[in-house]
Amino acid sequence: MADAGAGSLHGGDSALSCLPEEQELSQRLRRLYPAVNQEETPLPRSWSPKDKYNYIGLSQGNLRVHYKGHGKNHKDAASVRATHPIPAACGIYYFEVKIVSKGRDGYMGIGLSAQGVNMNRLPGWDKHSYGYHGDDGHSFCSSGTGQPYGPTFTTGDVIGCCVNLINNTCFYTKNGHSLGIAFTDLPLPAMISNQFMELLQEYIQHLFKSNLYPTVGLQTPGEIVDANFGQQPFVFDIEDYMREWRAKIQGTIKRFPIGDRLGEWQAMLQNMVSSYLVHHGYCSTAAAFARITDTTIQEEQTSIKNRQRIQKLVLAGRVGEAIEATQQLYPGLLEHNPNLLFMLKCRQFVEMVNGTDSEVRCFSARSPRSQDSYPGSPNLSPRRGSNNSHVHSTGADSPTCSNGVLSTKIKQSCSKYQALSSSSSSSSSSSPSSVNYSESNSTDSTKSQQHSSTSNQETRHLAFLSFFYLSDSEMEMEAEHYPNGVLENSSTRIMNGTYKHEEILQTDESSMEDNCPQRQLCGGNHAATERMIQFGRELQTLSEQLCREYGKNTMHKKMLQDAFSLLAYSDPWNCPVGQQLDPIQREPVCAALNSAILESQNLPKQPPLMLALGQASECLRLMARVGLGSCSFARVDDYLH
Amino acid sequence: MEASSFQRLLYLLQQETSSTELRTECAVVLGSLAMGTENNVKSLLDCHIIPALLQGLLSPDLKFIEACLRCLRTIFISPVTPEDLLYTDATVISHLMALLSRSRYTQEYICQIFSHCCKLQHWHSCGFKSLPQPLLCANGPDHQTILFNHGAVQNIAHLLVSTSYKVRMQALKCFSVLAFENPQVSMTLVNGKHKVLVDGELLPQIFVKMLQRDKPVEMQLTSAKCLTSMCRAGAIRTDDSCIVLKTLPCLVRMCSKERLLEERVEGAETLAYLIETDVELQRIASITDHLIVMLADYFKYPSSVSAITDIKRLDHDLKHAHELRQAAFKLYASLGANDEDIRKKIIETENMMDRIVNGLSESSIKVRLAAVRCLHSLSRSVQQLRTSFQDHAVWKPLMKVLQNAPNEILVVASSTLCNLLLEFSPSKEPILESGAIELLCSLTQSENLALRVNGIWALMNVAFQAEQKIKSDILRGLSTEQLFQLLSDSDVNVLMKTLGLLRNLLSTRPHIDHIMSTHGKQIMQAVTLILEGEHNIEVKEQTLCILANIADGTTAKELIMTNDDILQKIKYYMSHSNAKLQLAAMFCISNLVWNEEEGSQERQDKLRDMGIVDILHKLSQSSDPNLCDKAKTALQQYLA
Repeated sequence: MADAGAGSLHGGDSALSCLPEEQELSQRLRRLYPAVNQEETPLPRSWSPKDKYNYIGLSQGNLRVHYKGHGKNHKDAASVRATHPIPAACGIYYFEVKIVSKGRDGYMGIGLSAQGVNMNRLPGWDKHSYGYHGDDGHSFCSSGTGQPYGPTFTTGDVIGCCVNLINNTCFYTKNGHSLGIAFTDLPLPAMISNQFMELLQEYIQHLFKSNLYPTVGLQTPGEIVDANFGQQPFVFDIEDYMREWRAKIQGTIKRFPIGDRLGEWQAMLQNMVSSYLVHHGYCSTAAAFARITDTTIQEEQTSIKNRQRIQKLVLAGRVGEAIEATQQLYPGLLEHNPNLLFMLKCRQFVEMVNGTDSEVRCFSARSPRSQDSYPGSPNLSPRRGSNNSHVHSTGADSPTCSNGVLSTKIKQSCSKYQALSSSSSSSSSSSPSSVNYSESNSTDSTKSQQHSSTSNQETRHLAFLSFFYLSDSEMEMEAEHYPNGVLENSSTRIMNGTYKHEEILQTDESSMEDNCPQRQLCGGNHAATERMIQFGRELQTLSEQLCREYGKNTMHKKMLQDAFSLLAYSDPWNCPVGQQLDPIQREPVCAALNSAILESQNLPKQPPLMLALGQASECLRLMARVGLGSCSFARVDDYLH
Repeated sequence: MEASSFQRLLYLLQQETSSTELRTECAVVLGSLAMGTENNVKSLLDCHIIPALLQGLLSPDLKFIEACLRCLRTIFISPVTPEDLLYTDATVISHLMALLSRSRYTQEYICQIFSHCCKLQHWHSCGFKSLPQPLLCANGPDHQTILFNHGAVQNIAHLLVSTSYKVRMQALKCFSVLAFENPQVSMTLVNGKHKVLVDGELLPQIFVKMLQRDKPVEMQLTSAKCLTSMCRAGAIRTDDSCIVLKTLPCLVRMCSKERLLEERVEGAETLAYLIETDVELQRIASITDHLIVMLADYFKYPSSVSAITDIKRLDHDLKHAHELRQAAFKLYASLGANDEDIRKKIIETENMMDRIVNGLSESSIKVRLAAVRCLHSLSRSVQQLRTSFQDHAVWKPLMKVLQNAPNEILVVASSTLCNLLLEFSPSKEPILESGAIELLCSLTQSENLALRVNGIWALMNVAFQAEQKIKSDILRGLSTEQLFQLLSDSDVNVLMKTLGLLRNLLSTRPHIDHIMSTHGKQIMQAVTLILEGEHNIEVKEQTLCILANIADGTTAKELIMTNDDILQKIKYYMSHSNAKLQLAAMFCISNLVWNEEEGSQERQDKLRDMGIVDILHKLSQSSDPNLCDKAKTALQQYLA
């Protein structure tokens, strides 16, 4: 009896995503219901070929419904539900149905029903079922007798059904005109109640049975209706209705009474700001804030300054110095936190590859400290040659190497570059003390390798890798990582991108002429590379030691694996694991170290402000899960500027 | 505060030699005083504060100008200030227009002044203009036109996108007042010769954006008023989506319980105005958000709850109760103006007829007027006239309303009475028994054209198939003199209805003979006069029909047969180029030559001698089947 042909089309929610209509649908649904996590609670996209009565036929991608029964009397009624229930996180949900043909008598019902409601019926006749019927314009609220509701509807009309999950009401539209509230007591979770148990009970009820599905029912031959779950623009301006509710909910939040505890609130807010500043080591700002608001700072000034110094070092990529400083200022801290220490060491290794860590920078001509503000390129001699030898191959782009004039073409490709890898310009703004050392590395060197595969460096890479590889048989690396994936196209991009940065960061343009910046492993210094390899061995040893002491740690393994993988590529900055080299990756490490220090000083390891933010986000997620629709119009993002 | 201190402050304000700081302070203090009681404003006006402040606007100091404008604003928004004071000096408006560019404060205050000093072009009653009443035009150009001619639309348009909410809002209010019932302004807002674009958008688009549901209610409502005016002025089509899908739903929302009482009143009134003449909009409104049921709530103030719980609330409710009721009646009137199904839905609303009946006897003129309007709308339904109107004896309070009511109520009430006096209306008899004829006859003497039309129209309805006594009552009540007065009325409507009345009076043979025996001479005179005069086809047709009726009488026939002048005229119209007139003339001839009646032979002979038969022969060949039939029937009379 079941419509086998239509059944085969089911379940296309994700599979069909490449079709343009499907893309448009996905886009519209995302825009309408941004708070819905579609992986957890998929949205209705078509009628279900499984959840329907035999007399219902589906076609046109399971969007068109036609009646194929006898249609003698109400016992021949037949319904179909959508593939998925309406997620509460929609806040406001809407779909439309176009009456293609009213058939013999136009006994059509449009509405909602819960899973399990008899499909041999029109929506509205049974418990947990709601409908608006075309023949008499009545609404049926879980009852065989209808109430006068709206006008009748027939061929050519577009009927919309809107579920408001905030106040648990439902209204219909006809040809874009709202017909007014039809149902006020949908079995969705109730409004916030004071009695917690009652609330809880309602949540549980909701979770188990009252998820409502879009539903249509037909009863006489010839009746055909088409659904629009967002495939096409709606006739009714649902977005305007949503705007009203967004404004309402945001107004409620804005006007939330704080009453006579006003003074307390102010103190609490000041404390939050102050603790945030202190936490991140904005020492003088925190001091100024405390002075103005007449509050005190818990932590001592020197302690803040120390933390600030260590953080700066991490953010600058000078992790070795940061570890040293931590050990000096907070003895025992890292010893008690082997995981943290390992994380720092891994980062240090990455920074060595980057050429930023002081252990490799000391090999360069300049003193490491001076490089905070200047992206110097140490030890230029070996590259100079290769640079010159490839002028012809870089072609039109090469003349721009020696001056600051950028052609539009370069600018374009520069933006391409920024889009490609997670942009370093953003990280430079978020962590101003970090140095974009990457700019001093050569892309031409990769070219040279490409041309002369016998380059010293490359062979060393391979040798080095095989060393690690042999030493840890458990470490599984994919074979494809071995051969050097030299990407010619992207290398030119990187070069161009580099110039762009140079232009921004460097005021003295003339200095660029002899400092043609190129990125190279460990800053391209042989001694530094040796040191890095040495450090890598130490790190390996540390890992093994930790493994013996504390047991296997998959996190450690992954970190180590990722870090070492960098060496498998001739251009680590532009390889699948190259993201690690991005200065922005220093931030989580920095935050972890900062938190550990604070914790050791008996201070909160997270600033209350972040805690509150996290709580708010989690609360909204919880609201969505338990079916409180207002969560969709109170996004945390709306309040973060 | 005494007048002397006001004067002192004004004196200081006007001293060119005092420092601007001092003068500014004076303007600020005067502004604060103006915010006090109405008496304060009156005293300030007596001290000629307005010219002094307007003078201050010429100062180069912006702070001082702003203070003066703020004070002017406060004075002009007071109900005791005559708007005309702004227009005494022609240069003032152009100077204010120039000041619009100075700061957001000048923008806000000036727009506010304009919107409060803009008397409407026409006399109007609560947004309704459908009455056939002459418009009372003021001498000289009206305020809207003055502001318009000073480029108000162009100067204020860009303020609609100001960053300041207050400026946006005041500019919007300004437009809602400028455009109200003003086609010139409305057309300019939509396109005009010089397209008014703000940020690359046309003004209607900007208004539509202001209708969005997350905008403040005040903004939505005012914007809907602008679009309504533009639509009623014909500048936006009634089927435009910005009206159908935006303005109308917005106004319906304004009627909902969630809105403030003031907003609900304004929303309902504006919606009533928007849909007044368009049946499609009436249909859409009638299904939108249960509007008809929603409006029933307007009658529940003050609610029994508010009386007990909260004196303040009671006071507030009482103040708005009348306004709410009249707004609801008005909207019901518009909703039910054309569609029978909507009327039925309205009457089925809880206690609707009782509410109307109560409304008819309320003390507030506004409510009474609106209730009559509503009743008038519903009285267009044959079914309702026969049922609910009868069940609720609506005619009783209606007749009461007609006693000593002001003209604006009389116009609608008498128009309603016209419908209640239709022959199938069961109310007709009791109404006549309660002395309606006398009342209607007196209405025909009114100065007010609409009342004359309604009076004579109602009499025409009364006379239709009426018994002899009623017809005599009408003739007696009207007097021959008045009848002839009406036949020479300059208004064609009055003339038509009077002829209609005559025609209804002159029906059934005994009535015709009776009336012609008493008024024959005058009636024949009048008929001759009209047939000779410059009148349109409809009037002449109606007159010829009267002649046909006279020709149907037994003795009355002779009045025609002995009048060669009339016979010649009938002959003339038989060959007229208009088929309707030909047909009407044929009716006369047909009645005159009718065989079975006494003296038909002589009449036939006389008419043959006049050459009528030849014409009949010619007409029997006519391509018009009606004429052809009629001619053949007449010719048959000769054969028999």
